[in-house]
Amino acid sequence: MRIYLRLLLPVLLVVGWWTTSAGSTSPFYPPLRDVLAAFGESWLFARLGSDLVPSVTRLLVGLLIATLVGIVIGVALGRSRLLARALNPVVQFCRSIPGTALVPVSVVLFGIGDGSKILVIAFVCLFPVLLSTLDAVRGIDPELEDVARSYRLTRAQRLAFVLLPAAAPQIFAGIRTALGIAFIMMVVTELYVASNGVGFVTLSARNSFDVPQMWAGTVLLGLLGVTLSALFLVLQRRVLRWHIRMTERN
Amino acid sequence: MLTVSNLQKTYGSGDQAVEAIRDLTLTVDKGEFVCIVGPSGAGKSTMLKCLCGLLQPSSGTVTLNGVPLNGPPKEIASVFQDYSRSLMPWFTVRRNVGLPLRNRHRSAADRAARVATALEAVGLTSFGGRYPWQLSGGMQQRVAIARGLAYAPEILLLDEPFASVDAQTRADLEDLILRVRDDTGVTMLLVTHDIDEAVYLADRVVVMSARPSVVLDTVEVDLPRPRDQVTTKQLPRFAELRAQVLTLIRRPAHHDSTPDHHSKIGERR
Repeated sequence: MRIYLRLLLPVLLVVGWWTTSAGSTSPFYPPLRDVLAAFGESWLFARLGSDLVPSVTRLLVGLLIATLVGIVIGVALGRSRLLARALNPVVQFCRSIPGTALVPVSVVLFGIGDGSKILVIAFVCLFPVLLSTLDAVRGIDPELEDVARSYRLTRAQRLAFVLLPAAAPQIFAGIRTALGIAFIMMVVTELYVASNGVGFVTLSARNSFDVPQMWAGTVLLGLLGVTLSALFLVLQRRVLRWHIRMTERN
Repeated sequence: MLTVSNLQKTYGSGDQAVEAIRDLTLTVDKGEFVCIVGPSGAGKSTMLKCLCGLLQPSSGTVTLNGVPLNGPPKEIASVFQDYSRSLMPWFTVRRNVGLPLRNRHRSAADRAARVATALEAVGLTSFGGRYPWQLSGGMQQRVAIARGLAYAPEILLLDEPFASVDAQTRADLEDLILRVRDDTGVTMLLVTHDIDEAVYLADRVVVMSARPSVVLDTVEVDLPRPRDQVTTKQLPRFAELRAQVLTLIRRPAHHDSTPDHHSKIGERR
């Protein structure tokens, strides 16, 4: 029953799209039939390796770098008020720059290769992870720290067994925000200048008036976004199982 | 042997300075069960933090077996008041108890054996795989006690350990602590605001005043052991000792004669 309820609206929308576009003669609103044909031609599975894989790889590498660096800096700033005060203006400035504005700068500085794109994705994704880690570390119950200190846990043990697990729920929330941003930046970096990628294919299709192909690329991006988000939720459920079960109880 | 002499602790400085403890001197001998009673807000938790090395006293000294404390010593394990905050919710009971053992016992099998022994001592053998939040309050505090015991300390410090459990659980935990002490011979230093509890458990009750705290007096508890919730508390001597402690607490401290500053003392009927 629940599955039918979930499927109801998507099915209605697809049917609506199909019927309204079926007799369309507008070059910008091609029949869904043509869009699906273009989708099958490009993405099942001709361009999967040449364009989808590079896009997703850049996204994941950028996000991974942002996560690691964000957690390290976030923990450091969360532990040291002095450091946090010293770095706060820079952090606020950097996170205020719209990510899209960084693309031209990055191209000029680092070229048009993968490295440049990964760097932009990582930079923009850094801040949600960093700030949520910082907030989580600051909010840790001092009682837990007393326990850790009175039982003489080492610095590394305190980090691994107390600090990071306690901060994990908030860190994951930060990564989830970053994932959404990473996805946007993945496309934006490819729209500006690129030689492969889903965004690149979609934009090239528009430039060569291959409108069904452009629609197909957009549909693929939607599907990709949903898939990434779902995979992330699976990972989160695994890592934070204790937290989910604990909150469900209360 | 734990020796505290002229311990004084002030928080902050200047106008904002708050003197939590004015003058605390006491000795806890090996194997002794000492209870410290004082009204709520008497700086009892501050004192325990000084005794277990988490806080540096403003003046005075704390020495353990003749050596001044410099940070938390490996001979002392603490059981904190609020079990819901002192256990790690992301670890199972077994991992909570085993966490402090990592630096002591290299072998995982050795650690597991010690954890099992400690859990058995508190009657939680079959709950090792559970998470703290799946257990009742009393059971969670037993996990915290097991963690202290597994650490194999010379002294177990307990900070109002039974303050947040119901009366029946409380009586059970009191007896559990007495049994553990008989079995292991560990020195116990327990802080409470409950006079009955202090007299029931202790060899010696140290009575503290309200903030800024001083030691008002020490009462030797000469009740026979083993103690029993029913028969011990029926003894005329129990009532006498209880009255003696209560009188001490009710009497204004020498440094402060505010009439209502002991009003929060817990009396249990």
